[in-house]
Amino acid sequence: MLKTFKYGGVHPAENKLSAGKAIEQLPLPKKAAVLVSQHIGAPSKVVVAKGDTVKVGQVIAQSAGFVSTNIHAPVSGKVLKIDTVTDNSGYKKEAVVINVDGDEWLDEIDRSDTLETSINLDAKEITDKILQSGIVGLGGATFPTHVKLMPPSGMKANILLINGVECEPFLTSDHRLMLEKGEEILMGTQLLMKALKVKKAVIGIERNKPDAIKHLSKLATKHEGISVCPLKVKYPQGGEKQLIKAVTGREVPSGALPISVGAVVNNVGTAFAVYEAVMKNKPLFERIVTVTGKNIEKPSNFRVRIGTPVNELIEAAGGLPEDTARIISGGPMMGKAIPTTDVPVTKGTSGILIISEEAGHRKPVENCIRCGRCVQVCPMGLEPYLLMTLSENKKWGKAETEKVMDCIECGSCSYTCPANRPLLDYIRYGKTSVGQIIRSRK
Amino acid sequence: MSEPLLYTVIILSAIGIAAAIILYLVARKFHVYEDPRIDQVEEALPAANCGGCGYAGCRAFAEAIVKDNSLDDKYCPVGGNEVMEKVASIMGLEAEQKAPRTAVVRCNGTCEHRPQTHNYEGVQTCAIAALNYSGETDCQYGCLGFGDCCTVCDFDAIHMNPETGLPEVIDENCVACGACVEACPRDLIELRKVMPKYRKVYVACRNMDKGGPARKACKVACIGCGKCEEVCKFDAITISNNLAFIDSDKCKLCRKCAPVCPTNAIIEENFPPPKKKQAEEKESKPAEA
Amino acid sequence: MNKTLTISPSPHIAQGDSVQKIMYKVIFALSPALIWSFIVFGLPAIFVTATSVLTCLIAEWLIQKFLLRTTPSIKDGSAILTGILLAMNVPGNIPLWIVIIGALVSIGIGKMAFGGLGQNVFNPALTGRVFLLISFPVQMTTWPNVTKTVVDATTEATPLNIIKEGLKNGKPLTELTNQIPDYTDLFFGNLSGSLGEISTILLLLGFGYMLIRKVISWHIPVTVLGTIFVFTGVLWLANPDRFMDPVFHILTGGAMLGAIFMATDMVTSPMTKKGQIIFSIGIGVITVCIRTWGAYPEGISFAILIMNAFTPLINNYIKPKRFGEKQNGKA
Repeated sequence: MLKTFKYGGVHPAENKLSAGKAIEQLPLPKKAAVLVSQHIGAPSKVVVAKGDTVKVGQVIAQSAGFVSTNIHAPVSGKVLKIDTVTDNSGYKKEAVVINVDGDEWLDEIDRSDTLETSINLDAKEITDKILQSGIVGLGGATFPTHVKLMPPSGMKANILLINGVECEPFLTSDHRLMLEKGEEILMGTQLLMKALKVKKAVIGIERNKPDAIKHLSKLATKHEGISVCPLKVKYPQGGEKQLIKAVTGREVPSGALPISVGAVVNNVGTAFAVYEAVMKNKPLFERIVTVTGKNIEKPSNFRVRIGTPVNELIEAAGGLPEDTARIISGGPMMGKAIPTTDVPVTKGTSGILIISEEAGHRKPVENCIRCGRCVQVCPMGLEPYLLMTLSENKKWGKAETEKVMDCIECGSCSYTCPANRPLLDYIRYGKTSVGQIIRSRK
Repeated sequence: MSEPLLYTVIILSAIGIAAAIILYLVARKFHVYEDPRIDQVEEALPAANCGGCGYAGCRAFAEAIVKDNSLDDKYCPVGGNEVMEKVASIMGLEAEQKAPRTAVVRCNGTCEHRPQTHNYEGVQTCAIAALNYSGETDCQYGCLGFGDCCTVCDFDAIHMNPETGLPEVIDENCVACGACVEACPRDLIELRKVMPKYRKVYVACRNMDKGGPARKACKVACIGCGKCEEVCKFDAITISNNLAFIDSDKCKLCRKCAPVCPTNAIIEENFPPPKKKQAEEKESKPAEA
Repeated sequence: MNKTLTISPSPHIAQGDSVQKIMYKVIFALSPALIWSFIVFGLPAIFVTATSVLTCLIAEWLIQKFLLRTTPSIKDGSAILTGILLAMNVPGNIPLWIVIIGALVSIGIGKMAFGGLGQNVFNPALTGRVFLLISFPVQMTTWPNVTKTVVDATTEATPLNIIKEGLKNGKPLTELTNQIPDYTDLFFGNLSGSLGEISTILLLLGFGYMLIRKVISWHIPVTVLGTIFVFTGVLWLANPDRFMDPVFHILTGGAMLGAIFMATDMVTSPMTKKGQIIFSIGIGVITVCIRTWGAYPEGISFAILIMNAFTPLINNYIKPKRFGEKQNGKA
């Protein structure tokens, strides 16, 4: 029996169309729009002005608090303007727009491919370097990584989990990274282990990526304390709490952080970024993005500079198909449908998924037939049907006691509902409203 | 043979009397004194239970008035000055006079003015739409058009106009309870002072973008040019965040501002149409509003 | 690029199952038993089924169109299912006007009065059936004779009836068991009874199909039958002269039909697995109580309706195990 988490979960068709495609470097865009809020927490403070010339890797916006991080210029050239740019949700957010001119990197960045294996820094220095390099969780949640490496006083991590699950259908960026940059990921894991002062790290990979499991298992024998744990294919195994449960059997208490059970979870992409930042002095200004979809000409995995508009990625993958209904930034389960293709790539863009007209619309909502499937698939043991009704009727007090705040927004309930009820839409609304009430109490 | 009957009557009467005594004693013991004025005040209130006063209902409002023994910051918008005076006389207090208000929707982003740029398919309520997306147009400040304001209205005073996709207020019904103001995630609805014949002059826009993007998203967006501010003699117009605002307490309805607005973002409502056109525009008058 | 993109919150894919598909899967699962009843009872059974289904459809359409003023949704298959289930719960030779009344009660009172699909508290088909059983007890308990070679007008009692009447009249159980068909006949459906309850094997076939297609889970049917088996088993061990053995109890009457198709009705059964098990144990216990000590020979309809009434309560109190509710010792 392969390990997995206990309650709920669904298994959508995997559709990993681009799994066999090697990572390609996407050509530089003409203009890059770098949003100052690409992570969870306070938006960074812009430190460049219109007309400044920036080099690749230069800090253009500085961390504005503990839960915040630096943002670096992904391209070199002149700052065209500091203006608002439409983000994933259609809202206009502050961004630094840079006119690309050549590709001039900061001198201290090591652009060679040689593998660095000697770690000369201590825990504090590694964490600092991670903060300076603007590294955030690259799985999609974009939580600043340095915060995870600094547990609150009294709590101590004893295991590091590296998330190579990639349970979202279609996405393959982590998969490709594991195959192509296995050594680097393991070095990054070593660095994270050192920063956290833990002796043990486990890389969780679902078994639909047998090549990645084999490759990393082989490499991991050379690294003390790191092992690979194959997992059963089940969504949402990439969720922090679910991954911890699956690999270690520990259950993160309701409302608590993973550190309360001594675990810290980082994505394989993050581990790779950590390696590059610490060993190669390369801050986070590019990432791997899967461009995929059933109708797209060539599903691909690109290495993309942050700030590149989404349409350039789509063009590189063969252009937008005629009958596109929606474009999703991220995976189909938790990603966000974007309103226009001018949206720039951010640190959290793990994939661009194109969905055709045929599959791209919601079906009409019918009456709840109380089949209880949402209850069965909920990985957090909640009752989505009930939370939806409570949110609909604005019964916030009851919603709170029914643990609406525990919802991880994985979407399994809406995915599975035979009556096409928008369960998650309402639960998210409930979460926001209850969250406001809880905050106002403090 | 009447013996069983007799016993039954006696026993039942005894139980009845005993129960009555217990009830009486319990009622005495657990009696809660309640100020009779609460009932009187509640009686005077309109019993709409709309929450426009900021309390959970008319009863809660009455309790609060009697408990605080003051009318500061307590006003029933539905009943208005008349009801508040009645309440004041019950309480032996002085009622604050307030000008009656009515709701105004500050968005004129009809389908014509504000082209739809994408198609939203989630739950059709403003609250949820605003939570996830900026709406179906490029304007992230404008009306979402799902009618949360109409659903919360207890007084049948606001309705969606299917042609424009915007809510319209029926001034005669509006009691300024503020339910719609709270329901609107875009903060589009404002309670403005009622002028004679419900005449109003207001900026029908909340777009705080700079002129260019605002204009691009919506033809009738306020671009914050400041022309109206210059022309106003009563200091009623202020501009902040690229957006003009007309203070209804200062506005004298001189209507100087409306013609100078380059984007027609300032709306005049319920004024008689210009004399020469009166005849032909009579029918189209509501549409113009 | 001037294409209007569609946006909505995640998730952006769906499993693809629908209410309609679920309903038709259940109907498909019912069909073997239904076809068998057509073979056994002949033309009258077909008439009864057709009348029941048609009345349900028409009633639903009329009520939705003219009373509730909503868009009629008879295509979703739920009215057809109710019609078939009702037909399967009445004797094959029942007058058609009684079927019509039953179907009207099922849809009108059992379902639409609560607001339509998904809103009803009680299983609509059973509401109709119990209404008929109380209103027309004679017609509802007069079954056509099928064990003779020719189906004739004379009637035959069901095994449960034989036992109940016999015990009431003080006959010893050994004598009564000789009058009932043997267990192979019970299993394969070679006896009389209501349309759908006769063939155990075909009902189990339907159950297997629904399990494979994941329409229902095993919890309710297995627990209901298990409870009946265990409860009657205890009684039988205590006094074999007075009580029938457990195999007899799960093979006869509506136990199979009720456990597999009626108790599992999604709308009226609890949401959680734990709740479903409590619900099913309740059904099993009440069924046996009615069969053994009650006034009616068969009690599963009443048992299901009684437990239906408890479903909201069960939903309210039986919660799934929340993730992270209890701290694991290891942490």
